[in-house]
Amino acid sequence: MNFERIKEKLNILADAAKYDVSCSSSGSKRANKNKGLGDSSGMGICHTYSEDGRCVSLLKILLTNHCIFDCAYCVTRKSNDIKRAAFKVQEVVDLTINFYRRNYIEGLFLSSGIFKNADYTMERLISVAKKLREEENFNGYIHLKSIPGASDELMREAGLYADRLSVNIEIPSEKGLKLLAPEKNRKDFIQPMEKVKNEILQYKSEKKLIKSTPLYAPAGQSTQMIVGASGETDAEIMYTSAYFYKNFNLKRVYYSGYIPISYDTRLPSIGTEVPLLRENRLYQTDWLLRFYGFDVRELLNKEYPNLDSDIDPKLSWALRNLEQFPIDINKADKRMLARIPGIGMKSVYKIIQARRFRNLTLEHLKAIGIALNRAKYFIVCNSRDFEIKDRTAAQIKGLILQESNSKFRGAYSQQLNLFETNKLTSA
Amino acid sequence: MKKILVYDGSFDGFLTAVFTIYEEKIPLASIQTKRIASENFFDTLETVFTDRIKAERVWKGICRYFSSEGRQQLYKAFLSEITGVEDTMLYVIRKAFSAKQKIESNFTDPHILKISKIAKSVSREKHRMDAFVRFRLTKDGVYLSTIEPDFNVLPLNAKHFKNRYADQKWIIYDLKRNYGLYYDLENVNTIEIELTDDVNLNSNKQVFFTSEEIEYEELWKNYFKSTNIVSRKNTKLHLRHVPKRYWKYLSEKAY
Repeated sequence: MNFERIKEKLNILADAAKYDVSCSSSGSKRANKNKGLGDSSGMGICHTYSEDGRCVSLLKILLTNHCIFDCAYCVTRKSNDIKRAAFKVQEVVDLTINFYRRNYIEGLFLSSGIFKNADYTMERLISVAKKLREEENFNGYIHLKSIPGASDELMREAGLYADRLSVNIEIPSEKGLKLLAPEKNRKDFIQPMEKVKNEILQYKSEKKLIKSTPLYAPAGQSTQMIVGASGETDAEIMYTSAYFYKNFNLKRVYYSGYIPISYDTRLPSIGTEVPLLRENRLYQTDWLLRFYGFDVRELLNKEYPNLDSDIDPKLSWALRNLEQFPIDINKADKRMLARIPGIGMKSVYKIIQARRFRNLTLEHLKAIGIALNRAKYFIVCNSRDFEIKDRTAAQIKGLILQESNSKFRGAYSQQLNLFETNKLTSA
Repeated sequence: MKKILVYDGSFDGFLTAVFTIYEEKIPLASIQTKRIASENFFDTLETVFTDRIKAERVWKGICRYFSSEGRQQLYKAFLSEITGVEDTMLYVIRKAFSAKQKIESNFTDPHILKISKIAKSVSREKHRMDAFVRFRLTKDGVYLSTIEPDFNVLPLNAKHFKNRYADQKWIIYDLKRNYGLYYDLENVNTIEIELTDDVNLNSNKQVFFTSEEIEYEELWKNYFKSTNIVSRKNTKLHLRHVPKRYWKYLSEKAY
């Protein structure tokens, strides 16, 4: 192996792959077999974190960054003047195996620029996964990209070797897609996603009858949307997300704050800040939909098309729906407990367990670990000193902001300042 | 006046001490390892000799009044080696025995809550070791890793690594507690060897490790750099996930 050459390629092709934020390595059922290498039946593991604080779980690379497309938002676009490289299939296999043996990674995340055509590219991705499974007896995690426009036969084959498949819709709305990637259309993204969904359903029903049915994409499908490149509201983004969760049984939708990489006038210019706070609020909303029993229409709608930046979406919802509070900690059901600001699902579990033994007081809640600074305005419990004063939503919000110390405070207080100065100059 | 039962630091030893407390009907007792226990004016010391049969009888009782999750929490709390954790465990075990029912999820009891919190920290450290172990292929053909976990978590890690690295020999060595796990392609055994931090010195690299090993380490470090997005730099988050005390054993951060 020519390590110098590999190093060069690795730098180019890891650099090009890093804008794909998916890093999950969980949810598979692939156990070690015949004393081979690897096991991905447990929970996902983040082996390290890069300096931007993102988890490193998989060897995330492109097979090549040669691409026939010219999507404005993509660093690998044809018209971009960058160094190009391509791995040989065996090189990716060797890197994966050797990184895995040293416990650096949970497996491989393989994507690619599109060279020649969709099927040719997809075939090459599959051949890496196939080699890992069949020649190396590798049972680690493999995440393959579904190439938009790839044929159904290839998507069927991909799922036999991969744990997860994903196709990034990237742009949340069709009008945005038309503007930034005129050569692509929605249908090309949907087709492989649809095929994989159906294969997974079929696998699940066959598995019930025949135990030896070979695994098909056991960790399911995911997708990614770029945030802040094409002018969508939070509501548009989350409604798209909810649509994909519902219609394609996706395991995850990822939100990626747009990182300016181009002087293209259709996009935010280089030097524009990455919308990290917005990204964070979208993830919080996503969690509320998946784990807290919220419907997207409760959180975002015509009157509220965008999430608040200064408070989290659950608190924001609670302040708009004060008539549903206070909630009695000792009586409320799981669904309502989960809707109290400052209480997460683990605390909900602890509350339900603990209150079987006695009525809970504020001290108990504090010891269990709930965020009383937020929760106390929304609950009653077995203490006399809870917050019973009638307050307006604005008053509660003010009190909570006063007492809290958000990591994003700098970000939005700056925005406020800007606003203030504008007002001054216009006056 | 309290009676301090001194045991050898093993889990069976701890259970034997619990047995002794019931057998001798000691009302005020404390269980401490040899390392911690010391004579004082008010308390008396009694040494407990680890007895598997007694230990098993106590374990049977624990199995009756704790779910498998609850038992695991007790064992994990024990592995934390936190000073005084034995007494908290003793309190919880006694409470379950006298209530004759499962009380492990009564989080209104501060001692029970404490055990669940300690167990959580130990689980977290176990998970960290699943993540932070870095194997290096020695010239003897063994994948070697040295660690210094906050808690004594190696017994919890054994299964994970055995399932995963079934086709390679490996050693994970806890330098702080001076013992390790060795997998010989068949079983995982506990070993004690003469091993010091010298093995991680840069100047010793060529002595212990294959040239291929050094190349792959270099590739990994390169990958770690390339996959970072500079415009998203977030040092605080980075440090929260990868605290500095672990850096010296992470090839991407050290050597």
